[in-house]
Amino acid sequence: MSYNMTNVLGLLFANTHEGSVPELAAKRTTASIPFGGRFRMVDFLLSGMSNSGMSKVGIITRSNYQSLLDHIGSARPWDLARTDGGLTLLAPFGRNNDNGLFKGKLDALSSCLSYIRHTGCEYVVLSDCDLVINPDFTHLLDVHIESGADITAVCHTDSYTEEETKDSACFKVGSSGRVEAVSINRALAGKRTMDLNIYVMKTSLLLSLVEDLVSLGKFSFSVDVIQGKCAELNIHAYEFSGFYRRICDLESYYHANMALLDYKNLSQLNLRERPIYTKDRADAPAKYGYDSKVNNSLVANGCVIEGVVENSILFRGVKVAKGAVVRNSILMQDCSVGENATVENIITDKNVTVGDGVSVTSAESCPLFIAKGRTVK
Amino acid sequence: MFNKKECVAMLLAGGQGSRLYALTKTVAKPAVPYGGKYRIIDFPLSNCVNSGIDTVGVLTQYQPLVLNEYVGNGQAWNLDRIHGGVHILPPYQTASGAQWYEGTANAIYQNLSFIDRYDPEYVVILSGDHIYKMDYSKMLRFHKEKGAECTIAVIDVPIHEASRFGIMFAHDDGSVYDFVEKPKEPKSTLASMGIYIFSYKTLKKYLIENENDKEATKDFGKNIIPALLQNGEKVYAYRFDGYWKDVGTIDSLWDANMELLAVDVDLDLYDPSWRIYSNNDSAAPHIIGKNAKIQSSMVTNGCNIDGTVDFSVISGGVTVEEGALVQYSVLFPGAVVKKGAVVEYAIVGEDSVIGEGAHVGAAPETIENKDEWGVAVVGHYLNVSDGAKVAPKQIISESI
Repeated sequence: MSYNMTNVLGLLFANTHEGSVPELAAKRTTASIPFGGRFRMVDFLLSGMSNSGMSKVGIITRSNYQSLLDHIGSARPWDLARTDGGLTLLAPFGRNNDNGLFKGKLDALSSCLSYIRHTGCEYVVLSDCDLVINPDFTHLLDVHIESGADITAVCHTDSYTEEETKDSACFKVGSSGRVEAVSINRALAGKRTMDLNIYVMKTSLLLSLVEDLVSLGKFSFSVDVIQGKCAELNIHAYEFSGFYRRICDLESYYHANMALLDYKNLSQLNLRERPIYTKDRADAPAKYGYDSKVNNSLVANGCVIEGVVENSILFRGVKVAKGAVVRNSILMQDCSVGENATVENIITDKNVTVGDGVSVTSAESCPLFIAKGRTVK
Repeated sequence: MFNKKECVAMLLAGGQGSRLYALTKTVAKPAVPYGGKYRIIDFPLSNCVNSGIDTVGVLTQYQPLVLNEYVGNGQAWNLDRIHGGVHILPPYQTASGAQWYEGTANAIYQNLSFIDRYDPEYVVILSGDHIYKMDYSKMLRFHKEKGAECTIAVIDVPIHEASRFGIMFAHDDGSVYDFVEKPKEPKSTLASMGIYIFSYKTLKKYLIENENDKEATKDFGKNIIPALLQNGEKVYAYRFDGYWKDVGTIDSLWDANMELLAVDVDLDLYDPSWRIYSNNDSAAPHIIGKNAKIQSSMVTNGCNIDGTVDFSVISGGVTVEEGALVQYSVLFPGAVVKKGAVVEYAIVGEDSVIGEGAHVGAAPETIENKDEWGVAVVGHYLNVSDGAKVAPKQIISESI
């Protein structure tokens, strides 16, 4: 093999799809949405890249990236604090004629061309941060190189709802594995091959595509490259078969979290040989009190539980007081539920306080969201 | 390079901890797990960094591999520094020969050149045997205020326990006038915590003298402190009244873990102003399954609990299968308790597997002769086969 994984550049788009979960992305990037009790969305792709031996990763951000900066820090938790390369945050890059805020991936990439060139990597992997996934990029690269394709696109074939396909691309894949046609944002239910927006190609190809298309005023990677060039370029479909979830709205976010209550899913996601890394906070282990009753829940370090918790995800440092009941809910970092309070079918952002005796419930089919820092009395 | 530090800490981590038997067969005592996600060494290391001491020598000798890997470059404790930071110090060969560390004083003596590199005014001597949170900077301030050559941290212990410790005799102002190592009939309850602050010049002088005395053992408690007192050096006792636990025996290690489960815990691990850091592997939050029953326990990330857990401390990555019962026990990282197994009043070592229907330990009330009761211990990386029994007080260091 003529390449090694240090010669593969990772590029993550932190902000794409933030419109699909406006509640969670109101004050943060898609990449920094908390997930699964202690992670943030960016951890999955970042860990996957790091575990695959990639040593240069750029995260392209557009706005609201303070929480992302805070989370990433020196990138040491992902083993990406390197003398050469490592993790680079690519904030909007202002030019004379605009404020650097891009519309699509192509013009976002065009403001990072010097970074991409400077890394000197032969290959590049692009991805969004809306996936809960643990891909093996080494395998992806092997397949890409062996197939001789120009671009390899990661996809998954399944039965999808309209909601799931309404803002994504679907492929028609030929027998050789080549993508023959692409439909975008068509809201078509049924068995589809959905584009997961993870692409690998030669860096030189990406650079020329970006320069050519941006000069024509085009900015969408999926419309102008994947769809627009699918006859001209050999785009190969790479079927991903492991556990993954895509966050396309608050409900899918809720269900993706709940999917981790199945240990099979969790252990497929957080593989022993390729764990998901995240920023650690030095919390003590979770503590269960004398009267606690907990079932079917995912509980992070730092939680103190004295009440009842069922079918729920508790992030770090959540407190559930005596007599309180938490059901079918997701409570993010440092939330607290007061004595004899009831929380049912609720997603609380960080630092939400539910007062003593208060009851916040929603219908089972429609989890209610409570914004960061709110106190419910 | 300018490298001067006001204060350097030397952590004695080379002891075997032989009274922990199977639990220290393959790891040094400071690397023994505690409190779910910690190892004993986390406490002195976190205390150092929280006290503003950023240069720590960790002296290793006995079974150092786990400890070396765990400490790593010190990043977990914010001790990966440009100047100073944490350094593992094993015995090494010199032009005049090679020598193992022979006693606590000799271990420090052999590393005087390490300390010299930082040209410190003060040296803190610590051990990796105790669970406690302590601000060494307050003790250092006390040391300076008293103009002491040596300050020894002391804690009041019950008189009936005093014979296990080095006992100090001090005036009201804290100045020490006598010291007895493990007295048969203790006349004071001020026990040495094994934490010393020395003015470095004095320490160096006494270590060299001790080393030149061919007759002497090379030990702080037996030689250095008595020599200081004999020569009328200013030795002070610094009183500490927080939680402090020696975890050098199976019983005390088990006790110290159980104490974390009390309603009013003396040792607050949840206090953000004095965090205890640890070097954790990456793990997802733990899962409490559909069949689980869990009360009065601590559970760490990465566990999969589907059985009954009561009054227990569960370390990271532990599996408790459906129908298994774990009570009044400490499970070390990666331990597995299979279906229908019972683990009670026990410590189960790292990655050990308790087979289906096996029974480890017993409740004291079920044993008639109380002398036969004690905490059962399964060492590290062992298998207890299906249906096998480990009696109370039994310590196994091979699979059964």
